[in-house]
Amino acid sequence: MTATRSGPASRPGPSGPSGPGGVTADEMMTAAAARALRDGMTCFVGIGLPSAAANLARATHAPNLVLIYESGTIGAKPGRLPLSIGDGILAETADAVVSVPEIFNYWLQPGRIGIGFLGAAQIDRFGNINTTVIGDTYAQPKVRLPGAGGAPEIAASCREVIVVVRQSRRSFVDQVDFVTSVGFGDGPGSRERLGLAGAGPRKVITDLGVLEPDPETCELTLTGLYPGVSVPDVQARTGWELAVSASLDVLRPPTAAELTALRRLQAVPGSEGAA
Amino acid sequence: MVARWQGHDVSRCVHLGTWQEDMAEIVSLADAIERTVHDGDSVAMEGFTHLIPFAAGREVIRQRRRGLTLIRMTPDVIYDQLIGAGCASKLIFGWGGNPGVGSLHRFRDAVENAWPGPLGLEEHSHAGMANRYVAGASGMPFAIMRGYTGTGLDGLTGLSGQPVIQPITCPFTGERLTAVAALNPDVAVIHAQRADRSGSVQLWGITGVQKEAVLSARRSVVTVEEVVDELDPRPGAIVLPSWVVDYVAAVPGGSHPSYALGYSVRDNDSYQAWDAISRDREEFQRWLADEVFGREGGPLAGTGAAEGGHA
Repeated sequence: MTATRSGPASRPGPSGPSGPGGVTADEMMTAAAARALRDGMTCFVGIGLPSAAANLARATHAPNLVLIYESGTIGAKPGRLPLSIGDGILAETADAVVSVPEIFNYWLQPGRIGIGFLGAAQIDRFGNINTTVIGDTYAQPKVRLPGAGGAPEIAASCREVIVVVRQSRRSFVDQVDFVTSVGFGDGPGSRERLGLAGAGPRKVITDLGVLEPDPETCELTLTGLYPGVSVPDVQARTGWELAVSASLDVLRPPTAAELTALRRLQAVPGSEGAA
Repeated sequence: MVARWQGHDVSRCVHLGTWQEDMAEIVSLADAIERTVHDGDSVAMEGFTHLIPFAAGREVIRQRRRGLTLIRMTPDVIYDQLIGAGCASKLIFGWGGNPGVGSLHRFRDAVENAWPGPLGLEEHSHAGMANRYVAGASGMPFAIMRGYTGTGLDGLTGLSGQPVIQPITCPFTGERLTAVAALNPDVAVIHAQRADRSGSVQLWGITGVQKEAVLSARRSVVTVEEVVDELDPRPGAIVLPSWVVDYVAAVPGGSHPSYALGYSVRDNDSYQAWDAISRDREEFQRWLADEVFGREGGPLAGTGAAEGGHA
């Protein structure tokens, strides 16, 4: 691993090869999320970017990472990215396949699972997540989103949560329109008052950098940036007055090995061949 | 089916069928749906990504059922089809999207624009839905879980206007927990790999919440890839004995574009193609006419959906 070089790398855009060495913003984000996972952890994985990141970690530095999908597949080892959380390759490669009541009641609820990996349509300064509705009222939403799925209990009961989400003023809002999954509620002490067992969000990884909750205020604070991204860039895409850490990390871009592994996983996106 | 035992209405408790333990009947899919799914019924078609009973869903559309309360943890493409076709007036659910692809456009059109009609919602998390089925299958009025605290879901009312999520205090520890009301659908419909000739059903791979759905429901239909002489053991398989199943229909490929482990693979291209088909009302109606009604019927007579793409 080489040290990060500061240089004239362009800012990663929302898509397309625009980062250092033709790295896309999604690839930067996926690699950063993968690095947040350590070998031997247990990880409750959502589909999309979280699944890509968890599988990248397993393919690189964390071969013993235990991937758990809410379809009931525990210890899944897919050789390519599944399109859904219930693709056949997950069941075929799992250590155990259990029913949906069991995955929630026996595995998630008692706090057996270390990391919960979530996405978000909206996230607020306290890491609360909305995936239900956009708009002023629940009954007549401007946009009907898919809803909760497994997220509320993952956010409540995993020992820690990592959120992976593309950053914009639409997604990073001062207050979410609907609390689907609780982060730090309305601030310090909220999770304890609500009786939520897990510690809540540990990192929010975006296409600009990384935010972490301030230990005192629980407010999401910018702690890391990708090469070429500036603090004003992030502020411009945040819907509240963003707190910035005094010591900002510059995040390493993906290594050649990480990029190769990720692109290999994605080579046949969602393919279900009988390999 | 008879839902009384010694004069007691047991239909809300457990699926007993009749006291004489009727065995399942093996019938055609059309007959199975006609005998079990009636206008206004609550219907749970389950299958977690795997073993989704798509063919049965299309048969419900073909039979032009109306006013259904659809129940499903993950109302993905199968319920997008039923909602767009005007079969449903209510939905009890946990997550309504096209997995790995994006929105369910027919579901969104119903909620956002009341097309082809309004859709009442009762919304939960997956854990809440799973526990509600467990309560229904167990003959209990509710299930207890840790969940919902601090979320917006906690304050929502159910379709009855009553809350379906309530706080409850543990009588042993005093801990505050969450109670969720039992689900007891009129009908459960699932797809499985196999049945034997007596109508006992065997499924394996990702088995989701199908056992609980069947055991919580008053009536049940199972479509299967094949009917065999003997159900030899498979790793991780569950068996639903014939006497808890009402109708079995052999429908090879009946879960497509979902899949049946050991028989087919998930047709991810179809899920991706659904995005374009469902995004546009007219495109969707062409799909209905071509793929569901075939040459036999016009699209959606009398639903308003036949009037085309006006909000």
